Amino acid sequence: MHTSAVDRRHDVRRILAQFKDRPGPLLEVLHTVQAAFGFIPPESISLIAEHLNLSRAEVHGVVTFYHHFRCAPPGQHVLQLCRAESCQAVGAEALAAHARARLGVDFHESTPDGRFSLEPVYCLGNCACSPAVMLDGQPYGRVTPERLDALLREADGAAGGNE
Amino acid sequence: MTTIYVPGDSGALSLGADAVCRAISREAAERRLEVKVVRNGSRGAYWLEPMLEVSSERGRLAYGPVRVADVPGLFDARWLEGGAHRLLLGPTDELAWFANQQRLTFERVGLIDPHSVADYVAHGGYQGLRRALSMDPAALVDRIVRSGLRGRGGAAFPTGIKWKTVLEQPPGQKYVTCNADEGDSGTFSDRMLIEGDPLSLIEGMTIAGIAVGATHGYIYLRAEYPHAWRTLTQAMAAAYAADYLGGDVMGSGRRFELEIRVGAGAYICGEETSMLESLEGRRGEVRVRPPLPAVQGLFGRPTIVNNVITLATVPLILREGAEFYAGFGMGRSRGTLPLQLAGNIKHGGLIERAFGLSLRELLYDYGGGSASGRPIRAVQIGGPLGAYVPAAQFDTPVDYEALAAIGAMLGHGGIVAFDDTVDMARMARYAMEFCAIESCGKCTPCRIGSTRGVEIIDHIIAGHDPQGNLERLEALCGLMVQGSLCGLGGMAPFPVQSAMKHFREDFSARAQH
Repeated sequence: MHTSAVDRRHDVRRILAQFKDRPGPLLEVLHTVQAAFGFIPPESISLIAEHLNLSRAEVHGVVTFYHHFRCAPPGQHVLQLCRAESCQAVGAEALAAHARARLGVDFHESTPDGRFSLEPVYCLGNCACSPAVMLDGQPYGRVTPERLDALLREADGAAGGNE
Repeated sequence: MTTIYVPGDSGALSLGADAVCRAISREAAERRLEVKVVRNGSRGAYWLEPMLEVSSERGRLAYGPVRVADVPGLFDARWLEGGAHRLLLGPTDELAWFANQQRLTFERVGLIDPHSVADYVAHGGYQGLRRALSMDPAALVDRIVRSGLRGRGGAAFPTGIKWKTVLEQPPGQKYVTCNADEGDSGTFSDRMLIEGDPLSLIEGMTIAGIAVGATHGYIYLRAEYPHAWRTLTQAMAAAYAADYLGGDVMGSGRRFELEIRVGAGAYICGEETSMLESLEGRRGEVRVRPPLPAVQGLFGRPTIVNNVITLATVPLILREGAEFYAGFGMGRSRGTLPLQLAGNIKHGGLIERAFGLSLRELLYDYGGGSASGRPIRAVQIGGPLGAYVPAAQFDTPVDYEALAAIGAMLGHGGIVAFDDTVDMARMARYAMEFCAIESCGKCTPCRIGSTRGVEIIDHIIAGHDPQGNLERLEALCGLMVQGSLCGLGGMAPFPVQSAMKHFREDFSARAQH
């Protein structure tokens, strides 16, 4: 655990060097950090603040302002379920209830085994194919509860196979 | 060799286009047939996606919706020679849904390979920029003014006037920024354009830079669009490699550099000043205006902020002339609008038409009515801040002013249909809830008002003092409209007020419970 935090600091410094001399780089830095670790590790906040001549509060403020940035590691698979109007018009609320029951978690939570995170999203821009979800970055349209079950099973199977 | 077009648009991918594409390659290899596969954008008929096209002497033939299991059968039916199959729809251009559209901004979307500069140029691309480079900046800006083009992001401000303001600022660093933070539910035209014809946006931004003397542009793209990001990144690299971007644009000696910045899931960053804050690496809190971004925008410099569709329409205006574009439309709404049909609709997708067609034509002639087969009770136009329009007003023309006259707004052109099972009090509650989730928190009416709004509607839904609570809700809506700093808090009450006005029974009937 200790080593990984040290490694992370090293990686964050490397990322910061990459964005040196770029105007207004904080969001890009955070995106790159999250792409590397899956979340924004708490120990990276002060490093980023120091390098960009910001206060820790400012960096923390930005991290928590944007829904996309996570302060804790996500599950192995991330299910983003659209809850906006177009999807609501064709059953997204029922689909959301199904996803919560199936995974046994609420939105913004991960399953205790760490396999799935459930996140709300307000529009994936796939509104002509509502209800829409994104699973691990892949879009799926016209998702019924049965199709969602199949997608989750498939993802879970793939995860099991990797172990 | 026959070309097969398999959309790489993320909507088509969401319905299995990648798997279909793999099946085609496999099947063609097994049958020792040589085919060329092009991953085009979507033509926008999403109920037919994945809609594949095969090149033929009759033009492109459409087949759809194609599933993996259909692929061997298509080859058996000799589809590469235009063979009959139950999925054969006919020549794409002759399908009523496409034939009745007026595609200007979307003229190439779904037709070309979005990554190919050569394909783009072969279909009329970069003629606009060539023209722009030969023009005096004032004449160039005047052409945009005369085209009547208004901002397609939602505010409908005259684009040429905005450019003129930036042009008139003293020389020095200026910027062109593209707002690609398409967060409104029911809208996907920005995504489709970027995935289907990204070079038109790149060309439009370059022309804007040439027009106002800006050498640097930023595209603020939402994080929810990873596929659009990939296509845009590849197209930009191709444009740089062919000297359409960089230090010597088309050999003119003029510089224009372009960068993509990815958003981070904040709806408010679709508001222009909030987007600028976010581009500068801060929380996306709105700025007080004035100063306008055209005077003091990104990093304090004069900045054009335009939506994707606005900028992507610019090359066509340069190529065909201001009068050509202004020849479409009605009243003060000139040109065409890529409308997006979504929600509970049978034939959802993108329809580009001149302003002036009615909502009814859109919903029934193009949309085919609701997906559920039940009557369409309401549509929400212009995203989560747009009003709900009842069936009695479906003869209203799609026109900025005509919609404003009935208390609605066109916004970014998204239309979400709801059938008669919709509970409008719940939709009103959602409007307030969404505002509470997405408020930047800078001004009180939006930050606190939206939360109080949710609570009041909860009381109404529970049947607690509906009369008193409806009055409180009306008063709160008025306060938010009057007192909010930007359009989020200032317009979030529109869906609430319109729901109360047109669907009162969904609120008052709660009294009996």
